[in-house]
Amino acid sequence: MKNLLDVRNDRRLLWAAFALVAVVLLVLPFVLASYGTFWVRVTNSAILYVFLALGLNIVVGFAGLLDLGYIAFYAVGAYVYALLASPHFNLHLPFWIALPLGAALACLFGVLLGAPTLKLRGDYLAIVTLGFGEIIRIFLNNLSQPVNITNGPQGLYMIDPFRIGDFSFAKPEKIVGLDFSGPIKYYYFFLAVLVVVIIINIRLQDSRIGRAWEAIREDEVAARAMGINTRNIKLLAFAMGASFGGIAGGMFSAIQGFISPESFVLVESVMVLSMVVLGGMGNIWGVIIGAVLLSFVPELLREWVGPIQTALFGRMLIEPEVIRMLLFGLALVLMMLFRPAGILPSAVRKRELEAPAK
Amino acid sequence: MTKPLALLAAKGISKRFGGVQALSDVGFTINHGEIYGLIGPNGAGKTSLFNVLTGIYVPDGGEFVFDGEPLVNLKPNDVAARGIARTFQNIRLFQNLSALENVMIGRHVRTHAGVWGAITRNAGARAEERAIHKRAYELLEYVGVAKRANGLAKHLAYGDQRRLEIARALATEPKLLALDEPAAGMNATETASLRGLLDDIRRDGTTILLIEHDMKLVMSVCDRVLVLDYGKKIAEGTAHDVQQDPKVIAAYLGGEVTLNLKGTT
Repeated sequence: MKNLLDVRNDRRLLWAAFALVAVVLLVLPFVLASYGTFWVRVTNSAILYVFLALGLNIVVGFAGLLDLGYIAFYAVGAYVYALLASPHFNLHLPFWIALPLGAALACLFGVLLGAPTLKLRGDYLAIVTLGFGEIIRIFLNNLSQPVNITNGPQGLYMIDPFRIGDFSFAKPEKIVGLDFSGPIKYYYFFLAVLVVVIIINIRLQDSRIGRAWEAIREDEVAARAMGINTRNIKLLAFAMGASFGGIAGGMFSAIQGFISPESFVLVESVMVLSMVVLGGMGNIWGVIIGAVLLSFVPELLREWVGPIQTALFGRMLIEPEVIRMLLFGLALVLMMLFRPAGILPSAVRKRELEAPAK
Repeated sequence: MTKPLALLAAKGISKRFGGVQALSDVGFTINHGEIYGLIGPNGAGKTSLFNVLTGIYVPDGGEFVFDGEPLVNLKPNDVAARGIARTFQNIRLFQNLSALENVMIGRHVRTHAGVWGAITRNAGARAEERAIHKRAYELLEYVGVAKRANGLAKHLAYGDQRRLEIARALATEPKLLALDEPAAGMNATETASLRGLLDDIRRDGTTILLIEHDMKLVMSVCDRVLVLDYGKKIAEGTAHDVQQDPKVIAAYLGGEVTLNLKGTT
């Protein structure tokens, strides 16, 4: 861990490390594709989780507002895109219109959730946000009558993939001799958006706004006495977090081609929150690591648990589906016992955990 | 137009918590450039008066006129924006942030960069960020904790935490600096240097409202003093006059209390 930290002090090493990561990320989908397109899909879904975790990190990590209904914004983004780009209403808006609209509506919902909960903190806020997440899902489930808007539990299908002119992200094709499958194309698109999102997050954290969030998290009374408009700054955190969720939702819609309320259940909110907490609340890189780990580990366990059992006991004792979540839960518990501030804790958060404020 | 003499005028301020009348009909004026003391025994209503003034509580009656305009139903952040900054009796720093960051947060209310500035880091936002940094460091030097600029607030010595709180309050460019027992827990040397700091702040143009139990400090630094007891104003005047006031002596020695008890039974 020590030498990892030392890297930060050496600019050249830092750039070398960045270059290495960039090269790995660029060749990654082709390496994965050799093991099966499935793994490229898992990677894409991992990137979507990174978006969600980074968005939730703004609310939970930066501003310290516990949100258990975050997946609702993902749902709003996904449904807006699906409704605007599918045969359901026979609208086929291009993605560069539908995606931002989804983000904008999610942002609006973020403010709608934030406004009545401004005075709540901690457990109380968690309960209200949890309720909000469920309300959105139940609405999506039932808004098929009297006017069919969401098509209820059947969900929306044949959602348009991203398309730029004749270039469709869903269609496999050969570019400069390489086989670009649909998922690989999406991968590069997601990666590009991810870079932008990470830069936005880093810059927000290290800014006047980021400091105001930190102040609210540390001591709201003192923050207000220093002239920070806590109402606006909190709403801003909700709005920003929700927008990122909305963008991720639109991408999810497009890459899946099918969405239903089933995709936006409470467990998903809990999952994203686990990613943030496990990775290290408030630390952007930690949160990214948390999201990637929690996306991949369950899939890897699904693959490995079977063969390992056969090798050890000669036959399959417990279904992979059952044991993988068990192991996963165990890993989470151990993690929280031994590294409560997360894999890569934010400096400030770590201090908060070490010595609880008086 | 000449400035009105009074920076802050309070009229008929009352505040009740359940059965306790924390403040009743308190009125006073603070002039530009004064150090105005607020004293009284424990539970006299000093901190309640601070909280009503800075928007943490809404008064049941009365009003404050600050710099020519009334402060009506303002939130604490609006009060700070209008130019009243405060410190807290039980220090409320952002414990896990560095001293410098604490003061930088104090600059929030006088700076403007929003989300767009933060994301694009355009020339304006960068210049503002540099100015915030520079000013925060200057203020740390001003109060004398610049050496610990990168240390965590909670790791500072007690006296330095008090000074840091003053620096953070000054960062909001207040016209009136309201200090709630800044010398509490300080030794004689620290108190003496705090007096020097208060004189500097006043000389540099900021009016000070000071709650303090250290009578030596109050008497040596304050131009005028308001004495509260049981939420009522019992005396106001120069430090010298107030000290001689029999009602004040009674309040501090408890004579008045015995009389009151006799009177009510």
